[in-house]
Amino acid sequence: MAALPLEQALVLAALLFALGLAGVLVRRNVLYMLMSIEIMLNATALAFVAAGARWAQPDGQVMFVFVLALAAAEVAVGLALLLLLYRRFGTLDADALSELRG
Amino acid sequence: MEFAFYVAAAVALAATVMVVTRLDAVHALLYLVVSLLAIALVLYTLGAPFAAALEVILYAGAIVVLFVFVVMMLNLGRVALAQERRWLAPRTWIGPGLLALVLLVELLAVLGPTPPVQPGAISAQAVGAALFGRYLLGVEIASMLLLAGLVGACHLGRRTTEGT
Amino acid sequence: MLRLIWLVPALPLAGFVVLAASGGRLDRRSIAWIGAGSVGLAALAAIAVAAAFVAAPPPAGAYTQVLWHWIEAGDFSARASLYLDPLAIVMMLVVAGVGFVIHLYSVEFMRGDEGYNRYFAYMNLFVAAMLLLVLAGDLAFLFVGWEGVGLCSYLLIGFWYRDAVNGAAAQKAFIVTRTGDAAMAVGLFLLFASLGTLDIQGIALRAPGAWAPDAAPVVAATALLLAGAVGKSAQLPLQVWLPDAMAGPTPVSALIHAATMVTAGVYLIARNHVLFALAPAVQYAVAIIGALTLLGAGGAALAQHDIKRVLAWSTVSQIGYMFLALGVGAWAAAIFHFMVHAFFKALLFLAAGVVIQALGGEHDIFRMGGLRRRLPLAFWAFLVGGASLSALPLVTAGYYSKSLILDAAWASPQGGAWLWAAAWVGAALTGLYTFRVVFQVFFGAGATTDTHRVGWPIRIPLAVLMLLSVIGGFVEAPQVAGRLEAFGHFLASALPPLQPAVAPGTGFALGVAEGIASFGGIALAYAFFLRRRSIAALVARSAIAAALHRLLESGWGFDRLDDHLLVRPYLALARRLRADLADPGYDALAAAAAAAHRGLSRSQNGRVRWYAGGIVVGSILLVGAGVWL
Repeated sequence: MAALPLEQALVLAALLFALGLAGVLVRRNVLYMLMSIEIMLNATALAFVAAGARWAQPDGQVMFVFVLALAAAEVAVGLALLLLLYRRFGTLDADALSELRG
Repeated sequence: MEFAFYVAAAVALAATVMVVTRLDAVHALLYLVVSLLAIALVLYTLGAPFAAALEVILYAGAIVVLFVFVVMMLNLGRVALAQERRWLAPRTWIGPGLLALVLLVELLAVLGPTPPVQPGAISAQAVGAALFGRYLLGVEIASMLLLAGLVGACHLGRRTTEGT
Repeated sequence: MLRLIWLVPALPLAGFVVLAASGGRLDRRSIAWIGAGSVGLAALAAIAVAAAFVAAPPPAGAYTQVLWHWIEAGDFSARASLYLDPLAIVMMLVVAGVGFVIHLYSVEFMRGDEGYNRYFAYMNLFVAAMLLLVLAGDLAFLFVGWEGVGLCSYLLIGFWYRDAVNGAAAQKAFIVTRTGDAAMAVGLFLLFASLGTLDIQGIALRAPGAWAPDAAPVVAATALLLAGAVGKSAQLPLQVWLPDAMAGPTPVSALIHAATMVTAGVYLIARNHVLFALAPAVQYAVAIIGALTLLGAGGAALAQHDIKRVLAWSTVSQIGYMFLALGVGAWAAAIFHFMVHAFFKALLFLAAGVVIQALGGEHDIFRMGGLRRRLPLAFWAFLVGGASLSALPLVTAGYYSKSLILDAAWASPQGGAWLWAAAWVGAALTGLYTFRVVFQVFFGAGATTDTHRVGWPIRIPLAVLMLLSVIGGFVEAPQVAGRLEAFGHFLASALPPLQPAVAPGTGFALGVAEGIASFGGIALAYAFFLRRRSIAALVARSAIAAALHRLLESGWGFDRLDDHLLVRPYLALARRLRADLADPGYDALAAAAAAAHRGLSRSQNGRVRWYAGGIVVGSILLVGAGVWL
């Protein structure tokens, strides 16, 4: 296995994170926002694994597992919330759901 | 192997761009699967086969399937498509795009030249030993988080007759 | 027996506490018994103590009773002590005695008032504070009584508080006297800083050793004490509050604003005569203030048409006599005049009260007339009091005290012909304004004829005071009436007698002159206000006389002067300062905070994406800070 520069993996993680972030900010549909959040979580997990690989230690993958658990829980709750929102308001427009207004 | 990394990375980026820009939810989800699979390949090239396997099984398998179920339940039609098109007008991209770009530039600026990744895969056995050794407490906390997520989803997803 | 002296102020205080604590649950009979009874017991205790003192004078000529140590702070030690010497005995007897008869009078006079309980509570508190003032052996303790009587004066002037005018009069009295009190407090600080004690006897012992005559500190201290006395005793230029103080019930005017409280300044100066003797300049100022006040107030009394205001100005004028006596070093004469004045002025006020009540609250003497037959008791009381006030020779107490002062003004090294002349003119004025009221109210044509019966609680005080107004003077007699110095001898251990005495020949001439002044004033009043009213009317019609009348009626325009000189500039300053110079700064701060709040509250728009954007901007800043800083 040829040695990969760690940089490349981290740049990939940063790019994916930025894309996910842009998705969260741009999309008004809550469903797409959740997907974008998945992308961002995935990017961070990737950065963990890359760092673990740099030191040849399992800790990076351990953190990957934790991020995965987090993502699973987040998706479960998030999608349940999404369904509830759709049932109650009939829309998935994040801008229309402004009950949080102070 | 290096070649595989770059190809997978390119595919992952392209697929992610498509996820963020698609109008149809199902299309977006398909691109998401592609993106996740590509990242699984990247993980493999980084010497983490266990993580790659988990990526495929959990992300591409479980989570995306969950999304698909939800999209099915929502049953979004052509109206939703038109609405998405309206919402995704070019000018809405400017602000968020700029912010994301600035953050990206900053993140890249943080990265300095680093030594290469050490060769050799880290086996699933090593990961498992670490998980149930040093990180046992973390595992317990994660299990509680999952339990909380389960209970929360269960509660929120209840179809109640009153108040909905 | 002397040890019972603490009872004298304590009994009225107990009466006040009981009445104040009862909260109006007592019936009127009990209130009267407690209110008048406590003061009556205090008067009995005072008489007993005085009798014991005279029968067996204590070795040092004075008796001190330390009640407790009030303030102990470093070198400062204020004892709550009672000090009994002949001066204190005279003051105590007058305050308790006159206080009691006025309380007795009030029992009937105030019977119909809804504030019966409150009235007696305040009056008892006043008597307690006044007795404390005259018995205190320490200037700090004296100041407690001094402020206590000021408070009671304020409360009782504004007794009928539902009328805003009364409240304003009460505030005026309080603020004006407080002006003097502030100066007095500074004077006390100065005395303590210089002498290290506020004990009156300690001051008297240390001052001559510490200060040469006319030394700066003693001049400053006595001038400040004089300011306090001037405020309390309504002398120039702080006399403005006393005529307005007549807004209170008439017995209050009799007790507080004629007989006792307003003479506290006289007592203060007499009590500290050692200090004033060390500052001849200030003592001379006392005499000048007295002379000017007695003339000015006598003139003002001449032009009033409210019977109580006439008496008020007359009080100011008579206290001017006392100040004159103090100023020329005739301490005993001042206290003598204080005592006699307390008798006849209380009598005049109480008689005026009967008249006012009989006429249903009428104060204007020009709406009265011919009351001689309708109110014989009030007539005789007023006549006796007026005669005493006018110093009718030989038969009235006022003559003996006033001629003593005039003699002293002539003979004293600090006095002189001018001061004597001023006092002489004042004596004539006194007769004139007093009998103007007598003739106007009790003679001439009567308006109504229904009779007004008064009960024994009013008859007894009037009778007692009439008696005292006549015989009260037979303890001291000037040259012309056969020299008698019982009063002066009694006080000699507390107040040094005047040196040198008047020469026999001069004394006779002075006595005759004084008699002429008294008779002359009364005769003028008879001519103008009873016999030939047309003359008075003719004089009043001329422009100069009318202007003079207006000036006198307004009390020499002091109210307007104060209004323009002090009140308005102060209010203008207050208005200017209300828009504080520092305020715009704080306002800008508040406005900035409000604007920032509006801006931030707009960001609180409930849009999740907006919040996410906020998080992103924050993380950009944080990461940026991590990268470049």
